Amino acid sequence: MLAWTIYLSFAGALVLALVPKERPALARWLALTVAVAGLALAVQGFVAGMGQGRVAIVDAPWVPSMGIHFLLAADGISRVLVLLTGLAAVAGVLFSWNIELRTNEFFAFFLALIGGVYGVFLSFDLFLLFVFYEIAIVPKYFLIAIWGSTRREYAAMKLALYSFVGSAMVLVGLLAAYATAGSHSTGLIALAHAGLPVSFQMWCFPLVFVGFAILAGMWPFHTWAPTGHVAAPTAASMLLAGVVMKLGAYGCLRVGMGLFPHGLDPWGFSLLGLGSWRDVFALLAVVGIVYGALVALAQTDFKFVIGYSSVSHMGFVLLGLMTLNQIGVTGAVMQMFSHGIIAGLLFAIVGRIVYDRTHTRQFAELEPMHLSKRLPFAAWAFVIAGMASMGLPGFSGFVAELQVLVGAWKVQPWWVAAAGLGIVVGVAYTWRAMQKAFFSDALPVAHVLEQEQAHPFAAITWPEVTGVTLLVGVSLAVGLYPRILLDTIEPAVKALLAGGGQ
Amino acid sequence: MNYADLFRTTLPETALEVAALLVLIVDLGFLRKAMLKTRVAVAALLGVAGCGAALWLVLQQGTAGLSYQSTGELLLTTGGLTAVAQVGILALTALALLLLIDADFTRHVGEFVAVLLMAATGGLLIAAAQDLLVIFVGLELLSLGLYILTAFAKRSGKSAEAALKYYLFGGMSAAFLLFGFSYLYGLTGSTNLHQILLAVSGENAHQIAPLLFAAMVMIAAGLGFKVAAVPFYLWAPDTYEGAPVPAAAFIASVSKVASFALLISISTAAMHVLEVGHAAAVKPDFLVSWSLILTVLSAASMVLGNLAALAQLSVRRLLAYSAIAHAGYILLGLAFFSYSTRSAGAVLYYVLTYGLTTIGAFGVVGAVEQATGSDKMESFLGLHKRNPVLAAVLLVLFLSLAGIPPLVGFWAKFNLFAAVLGVSAGPVPFALVALAVALSAVSLYYYLQVLKRAYVMQGVDDTPIKAHPVTMAVLVGIAAAVVVLGCFPALLSGWIESFIR
Repeated sequence: MLAWTIYLSFAGALVLALVPKERPALARWLALTVAVAGLALAVQGFVAGMGQGRVAIVDAPWVPSMGIHFLLAADGISRVLVLLTGLAAVAGVLFSWNIELRTNEFFAFFLALIGGVYGVFLSFDLFLLFVFYEIAIVPKYFLIAIWGSTRREYAAMKLALYSFVGSAMVLVGLLAAYATAGSHSTGLIALAHAGLPVSFQMWCFPLVFVGFAILAGMWPFHTWAPTGHVAAPTAASMLLAGVVMKLGAYGCLRVGMGLFPHGLDPWGFSLLGLGSWRDVFALLAVVGIVYGALVALAQTDFKFVIGYSSVSHMGFVLLGLMTLNQIGVTGAVMQMFSHGIIAGLLFAIVGRIVYDRTHTRQFAELEPMHLSKRLPFAAWAFVIAGMASMGLPGFSGFVAELQVLVGAWKVQPWWVAAAGLGIVVGVAYTWRAMQKAFFSDALPVAHVLEQEQAHPFAAITWPEVTGVTLLVGVSLAVGLYPRILLDTIEPAVKALLAGGGQ
Repeated sequence: MNYADLFRTTLPETALEVAALLVLIVDLGFLRKAMLKTRVAVAALLGVAGCGAALWLVLQQGTAGLSYQSTGELLLTTGGLTAVAQVGILALTALALLLLIDADFTRHVGEFVAVLLMAATGGLLIAAAQDLLVIFVGLELLSLGLYILTAFAKRSGKSAEAALKYYLFGGMSAAFLLFGFSYLYGLTGSTNLHQILLAVSGENAHQIAPLLFAAMVMIAAGLGFKVAAVPFYLWAPDTYEGAPVPAAAFIASVSKVASFALLISISTAAMHVLEVGHAAAVKPDFLVSWSLILTVLSAASMVLGNLAALAQLSVRRLLAYSAIAHAGYILLGLAFFSYSTRSAGAVLYYVLTYGLTTIGAFGVVGAVEQATGSDKMESFLGLHKRNPVLAAVLLVLFLSLAGIPPLVGFWAKFNLFAAVLGVSAGPVPFALVALAVALSAVSLYYYLQVLKRAYVMQGVDDTPIKAHPVTMAVLVGIAAAVVVLGCFPALLSGWIESFIR
């Protein structure tokens, strides 16, 4: 059934492209129906898959002469991320309810992107995975370039080129692995069991890993992320931070680490204290955590704060992957889910609820607006989202980051010390943003107050309330009862760490 | 000499020539007073019918094909790879003819169609040729036709300039080619490909080596001109820009397919020699050098084509430089040729799908140019409002050229690069494949520049662009084929394999 999430999204995109321009309401409802149906399928697949290992969904020969199969399957990691995609899709449609420009095209591109993301998470054929991965690039470009804001064409082109360069690196690695393994099959499992020579894995692993990590926002290849997030329309920022960055991290885990387990072995020599690719990438992850947080602290644009915080939080995912132990990698997958939900929520509040009413994202202009009084819903939603983002207990982020840190401690305690610094700065930038945007104590001037009363902000609409409730609810549910996801993730991580793609 | 055999082998070519003459007779004999539109439609339809007949005859010859020998030496073979290339040439010619339908650049429609069909005949011949003389005659028949077609828009100065440049470059490269052929004949005493290859891979090969290498370089120059490889590409941007749209589409697709088919049959002939000959264990010297020459051409074309395309403002020139880049990718497949059917299939797959895509791209450019009077990037502003279908076709075709899955261009690239790496796993082919893949990431930038204008930027002029219904049908059909073949790549590769095996 999970496979239908893909087909449904692409069919929805096709239908929406044909919906007449003059019927925006129809386009919205159609998109919401498709997104909700996708979420329902994802939930159904998640529930049905509890306690099961990897289950093949579809396996049909695609290009028999080259051993390429249309092979869809799901293990615990896939199911959790498909669930995340379903949630992000529904929330994205809800927070795009006020798009009036070329509505049908917007949702067509949106659903095409969602379809590609579902496809990546469910592919167990490397080739198929790559195809879906690239399908997701083009809609992103158009979503940002047409419906975006600040320097949108620059940001869209930057994002598209970064993604394409990353996928070019992956493609080279894919071709090399395919040829080295004897050109029989592109199945992930088959390639993982093909016994690729260790020396080959040593140089092919970083190629593929970095190729995917570019999209995961790994420092120093993260620069597309803040500009892209800021320029993108709300729903696209939510998807970019929520699921697209996870595509990269998922690729690192499933393809990079699954196919080339020996790529992380020690080199046999040490350069500047780094003795393996594992050390290198862990260092980059930690730098990303601290750097992203520090830069977020210095921003004057509300959305840039969230953009850089994404870089910081994705650093935790990469750090978790590099621990190579059960708890750390489980934490990384949890963090993918958790950050997808929380970042989506933050972008929705900043980009949709606040920006569409105030038409500014500059703290200097937001400060005198008394948003806590005039937009109490937004203020309290941001407080909750901020707490979740800081990693307070009770929210999903806490469980995830704690696991990553515990996993990292077992390997290299100073990683944890540095990442802990990132968490502290994280509290600071969230606090600063909250205070500057909503709870500023600048005294209201009398005539400004009159003006404000004469022109109240548009009321909060039902799609916004529904979207915020959905995302907050999920983050709380996972934070209070993490076993709901852990039981599914843990066996899959165990299997993956034990032996390649198995 | 057995004329019955010759006739049977060249039936498709004959059919095209008959169609060409028929077009001339009908157009000049019966339709002199008719409206231009009627004349164009009749001529194009007759031409398409001729292509259809020739196509049927090619398929009648079967996968095994026929061959024609003269005094014991092979002159022409059909079937197998040749049949695939010929079917491609004929189908693409028919599409180029259909793009002619709302053309108004000339009043000499009959002549245009007739010359185009004769050029296609040349293409069929070089795809089947196994003898240097037949190759040369076929190439000249093709090239002379192309010079005339380029010059056909008599009211446009650009067309004349482009034709003159094309002709001068072409003449020189033909001289080089002939010079190279004469060395080959002098060295081996034969004009037959197989005899020559046997002689140069034989025991006394080292004695003739220096002259042989000079000959190979000259032949590479002559053929490099036909496929627009760097450094023999200078004619391409001007010709693509100046030629009338159907002629440019024909040059960009049919002529490319035919020239690459010739390169494939040379490589395949070498493969047979290797199999038959005693030298099977070691690669003869001349093959190593040939591979080196092609590698250099390939790398130079990929780099220069992709980088120069970044700076173009005219979409036609952009397509020209992108054609140079694509020629580079294809030459990579020929440089690391597996001497098995794998590489030949991959290269043919690439050339055919590239030809199909590029014909469609020229169709879109032509329709836009007719409405706006220019092929500059700015003419594409707001295309999604002015003609959404045309914009969608452009989107599909350009993304396919950039190699985005699930479109056919991606499969072609994957197939080709996998074949290259499958042949030799050394660092050199790997580095070249990495270069090619990296440069196709670069290429996305310039394709997106056009798509950005079509979809993202605000247009100044929102009047709808109208294109002839036949043109629209052809373009939509091509875009649909690009999507379908991309989603089900086994369709085309299976069909190609059915001919090879």
